[in-house]
Amino acid sequence: MTDKTAHTGNTGGGDVRLSGISKTYGSFTAVHPLDLTIPQGSFFALLGASGCGKTTTLRMIAGLEDPTTGTVFLGDRDVTDLPPYKRPVNTVFQSYALFPHMDIFENIAFGLRRRGIKSVKPQVDEMIELVQLGEHAHKKPHQLSGGQQQRVAVARALINHPQVLLLDEPLGALDLKLRRQMQLELKRIQTEVGITFVHVTHDQEEAMTMADQVAVMNGGRVEQLGAPADLYENPQTTFVANFLGTSNLIEAEVVETGGDVLVTAGGGKLRVPGERCTSAVRAGGKVLVGVRPEKISLTHADDADEIAAGRNRVTGRIADSSFIGVSTQYVVNSPAGAELQVYEQNIERDSRLVPGTEVVLHWNPAHTFGLDAAQSLLAGTVGDAGAETVEDAA
Amino acid sequence: MQWLRKNLVVIAGLLTLAYLILPNVVVMAFSFNKPNGRFNYAWQQFSLDAWKDPCGVADMCESLTLSLQLAAWATAGAVVLGTMIAFALVRYRFRARGAINSLIFLPMAMPEVVMAASLLTLFLNMGAELGFWTVLIAHIMFCLSFVVTAVKARVMSMDPRLEEAARDLYAGPVQTFLRVTLPIAAPGIAAGALLAFALSFDDFIITNFNAGSTVTFPMFVWGSAQRGTPVQINVIGTAMFVIAVLVVVAGQIVSNRRRKTATA
Repeated sequence: MTDKTAHTGNTGGGDVRLSGISKTYGSFTAVHPLDLTIPQGSFFALLGASGCGKTTTLRMIAGLEDPTTGTVFLGDRDVTDLPPYKRPVNTVFQSYALFPHMDIFENIAFGLRRRGIKSVKPQVDEMIELVQLGEHAHKKPHQLSGGQQQRVAVARALINHPQVLLLDEPLGALDLKLRRQMQLELKRIQTEVGITFVHVTHDQEEAMTMADQVAVMNGGRVEQLGAPADLYENPQTTFVANFLGTSNLIEAEVVETGGDVLVTAGGGKLRVPGERCTSAVRAGGKVLVGVRPEKISLTHADDADEIAAGRNRVTGRIADSSFIGVSTQYVVNSPAGAELQVYEQNIERDSRLVPGTEVVLHWNPAHTFGLDAAQSLLAGTVGDAGAETVEDAA
Repeated sequence: MQWLRKNLVVIAGLLTLAYLILPNVVVMAFSFNKPNGRFNYAWQQFSLDAWKDPCGVADMCESLTLSLQLAAWATAGAVVLGTMIAFALVRYRFRARGAINSLIFLPMAMPEVVMAASLLTLFLNMGAELGFWTVLIAHIMFCLSFVVTAVKARVMSMDPRLEEAARDLYAGPVQTFLRVTLPIAAPGIAAGALLAFALSFDDFIITNFNAGSTVTFPMFVWGSAQRGTPVQINVIGTAMFVIAVLVVVAGQIVSNRRRKTATA
């Protein structure tokens, strides 16, 4: 492992490729056969609730877990059978796993020393500067705060110039404010060093803030892969629609197919762009119509005439409203669906919109998406088993 | 009254300390005695005779050397085996793990006389020649439970992710063990080793049953107590006590200094 080029990652074609990898423990399948390509230099997030197989996938890349089937490629090299200490991959562990008997300097120097590099001081000092821990070099890990320990863990891994840096819920133990700060910091470091980061998290906001690409995992499978905005705007499954942010999902019946799909729900008609339907729709069939709460406008029933033509409309009655500051969140019951969520910006608040008021919900049909009606409406919601950790869904 | 209430804990502490230390003080004081006759039980006059000639009693220093050798080997054997057992019990799931986990305490719980007698029976039936080796085997056996207990407590509090982190940072299995596992487990192993050394050094019952014609230091003291106690016994006892105290104090100073440089 003294071959320097193996660590610098400048060999070109340094994508991480997982080909059909799976992991089973006895009769339990943690990860179903999975194909995934993580482009070189990208910030890639594996997002999912606890127990979805994201950490197992990460550990298979690190070599800490042997895949039951499949192959792990780093660039063109098959590393499946290499032990972790022979892979040009380093990990930032969830609890940081700093060596308690060594000071910060020795923790960071550990990887270099094991690779037989003699003069470690310049490199270690430089790394300590990068993570802004200059005056703490000779403290023991337990003398540092959580945020500082986290930075040591990152420095200890990065100093080896791995081809890939794996981060296993690195911010999970930090409080909210520090977590926000570290998110930006990690993003800054990644841009600076240009190494591929693979980040495992259950926090959808964290994944969307930091990552170029997000793979949403559920039950040991990748539900959907894409850029954060793409995942948010075009969820392919109800799990993704509910796990990333909030979605209103309405069961509807298809009336007419074509460029726009015309559906009926609760007596009203709605339009869904045909290309935004994930499954084949046919007249008379079922479809789940989805729309994000912030895309919906609320108008008092008395002013229903003022709504522009061509917008999707649903009538209902306000069940609850809560003032958040920048926005007001309404819960509306309608014949089309119970407890529809609407987020209204507090620009010009209509003081008549109080619980009990008859209202019309309307939105641009282009913001509507159609999902396969064969899935559970509730997959990925807070109440859904296995998704208990979406604590700060906006 | 007010004063008493405030200082009650200190007073109780000092009294307990005195209770613990008094026997050692007596041993120390009588190492400077010049007894009148064969028994060193009554204070006569101050003298450095015994300190000037600690090996002046026939066979005593031979028995001391033997005891120190026995203690060193028993400690080494018990530490190596006990550490491996402790790691196996904490880190791995295997058949009979539960049984081993409880049976390992058997030597601690069993009355020493019973253990000594049954060991003797065993050795005699096997046709083993009683001596250094039978005593060593017996010592390793009863030290083992103490080492396992001490090391196990430490290993249980160790995060297995530390070793994963080491392997992730280019340390092979040997390096991981030497650089991470062993240093972190060291306080537990050291505690086990100290216990083992002390237990082996002053064991009398089991040793007496299984030693044959070999004489360890505790056996020598016991034997000589029948005929007369040389002052040199007190000298050895005092020296052992002082060395032990010095080791503890040195350890404290080192760890204090380490903590200070770490916070500086």
